[in-house]
Amino acid sequence: MSAPQPIVSLQAVRRSYRMGDVVVEALRGLSLDISAGEYVAIMGPSGCGKSTLLNLLGCLDRPTSGRYLLGGTDISALDDDALSDIRGRRLGFIFQSYNLIQQLNVLENIEVPLFYQGRSDEEARAIAIGLAKRVGLDRRLDHKPFELSGGQQQRVAIARALASDPLVILADEATGNLDSSSGREILSLFDELNAAGKTLIMVTHDASVGERSRRIVRLSDGQLESDIRR
Amino acid sequence: MIRGLSIFPSSRLRRSVRLGLRSLWLHRLRSLLTVLGIVFGVCSVIAMLAIGEGASFEAQEQIKNLGSQNIILRSVKPPEDQKISNNQNNFTLDYGIKYEDISRIQATIPGVTTIVPARVMREYVWNITIRVDAEVVGTVSWYPAMRNHRVASGRFFTETDQAAAENVCALGAEMALRLFPLEAPLGKTVRIGDQYYRVIGIMEPLSRAKGDDTGQSSAQQAVDRMYIPLETARRRYGEVLFKRRSGSFERERVALHEVTVKVDDPEKVVAVSLAVKDLMERNHKKKDYDVVVPLELLRQKEKTKRIFNIVLGSIAAISLLVGGIGIMNIMLANVTERTREIGIRRALGAKQRDITTQFLIEAVLLSGAGGAIGVMLGVAIPFAVSAAAGMKTIITFWSPLAAFTISALVGVVFGLYPALRAAKMDPVEALRHE
Repeated sequence: MSAPQPIVSLQAVRRSYRMGDVVVEALRGLSLDISAGEYVAIMGPSGCGKSTLLNLLGCLDRPTSGRYLLGGTDISALDDDALSDIRGRRLGFIFQSYNLIQQLNVLENIEVPLFYQGRSDEEARAIAIGLAKRVGLDRRLDHKPFELSGGQQQRVAIARALASDPLVILADEATGNLDSSSGREILSLFDELNAAGKTLIMVTHDASVGERSRRIVRLSDGQLESDIRR
Repeated sequence: MIRGLSIFPSSRLRRSVRLGLRSLWLHRLRSLLTVLGIVFGVCSVIAMLAIGEGASFEAQEQIKNLGSQNIILRSVKPPEDQKISNNQNNFTLDYGIKYEDISRIQATIPGVTTIVPARVMREYVWNITIRVDAEVVGTVSWYPAMRNHRVASGRFFTETDQAAAENVCALGAEMALRLFPLEAPLGKTVRIGDQYYRVIGIMEPLSRAKGDDTGQSSAQQAVDRMYIPLETARRRYGEVLFKRRSGSFERERVALHEVTVKVDDPEKVVAVSLAVKDLMERNHKKKDYDVVVPLELLRQKEKTKRIFNIVLGSIAAISLLVGGIGIMNIMLANVTERTREIGIRRALGAKQRDITTQFLIEAVLLSGAGGAIGVMLGVAIPFAVSAAAGMKTIITFWSPLAAFTISALVGVVFGLYPALRAAKMDPVEALRHE
């Protein structure tokens, strides 16, 4: 309402799954606008449609009906290749279980999305080194994921999410697998990113994590329950 | 985007190859076991092909020694006469090629240029106390040129020797060595019965490859031969030959044992051989001769080789099929194992095409590596066989090349389905996979 041009705009989005003979409605006509630079936490009990919403926002899935505009592009109409391209260029993913590729080292993991965009080796390397520095891992560039702590792995994942300079960063329970001190480190990194102008959308069921954001969207039974800005 | 088009394919390919090698290296043992099928297939085909090629080369050389433009007639004792000779000791056998046959062939069949008649007698040849059981061949002066069997040292006898019925001889290489182990045989004399012959030439050694396709010749070539002028043979031995064998003795009247007919044009050899056979059939009531056409033998040999190659090809195809199925199997397992990685890559912007390429490259690397190892072994084995067994082996340049290319193709064919399956995965499902 306050922002003139939302970068994420969901309009009456529905998503239903067929499970055998039963049709399960995970999202039932959800509308939501998110502007550039916002820091949004999506909360709600399990089964409320959080994951489905995140998959839709991440262009990993398409709505059954309704429209989803990301940076002005209607996602619902795109084919698989175009969706892949959007994921690679406009979105950054941060997962609960880090999801690093085990056989690649820190630097190579950060480079993965850059290669799918067709950047040259030198360019990708330069960007990756810069990002590793930014998340404080410039001394561990050739370590493999299993040689790193959980917090360090999540920082690699954040660097990877930042690699393609995305419009929106999507975090799925980013601190869920971390001890409290590592979790705090990650959250302060998020604050930093938001302060630098990045749009962050995170899914969490941890109230203390949700408190860090400036807007909390609560879902219940596939519908918007509350949308509180602070 | 424009830059993407220009630099990108090669650097992306390079990265995919590096990545593929790394993930294959991660499962070294599994990769090795997987490609073993292809390794053995490729290696056995190359090796067998090389050995087969070598063997058939030797056989063909041997046939060529007989002369591809030649038709060889041999006198053969008819089987029914053999029975008679066993029963009646005093009976004189009269069989084989006559001098008239030669004149007839020369007079009636066009295309015949030269004829080499030969009488062959089995005799003991002596050098003082050394004895060699040999075939004494009475023949004409152009025999070496016709049979591609050259004189190594000294000379063959000439028309003059022939006309004068000189007691001169040329010895087979192996025989010369046995008769004269310590001295140079040229100019020395050898004895047969009460006749002495001066050695004027030594023949080149014959290739001693085995193979009975050349009819009786292989058995005869294994025996030492000594060459004397036909005229000399005729005067010393006459028409009737005595054979003393295991107590009994028999008399044979054979004019010529062996006649070589040379045809002027290689194209006409078959036609002339038919004419010769026909002519002989009409003039000989009994089948007391045998016609050998080296060119026909050569053709048969080539046919056999073609069949051999077809069989080898089928073995290769089957082993590559089996190897390919092995690769497909392991790639499917690989895809399942790396479902989560596929999901991650899809989330990070990989298109279906990128995933297909990645797994396809891995499959091709796998089969290509198998092919390469197979080629190396397949090239090494023939060398080992040559060194160990003394067999001739020939590696044709195309066989390793084709084997390698086909095994790489096997990777494409059998890697395609797993790769497509990987690409078709739903990213959400793949990310959720444990």
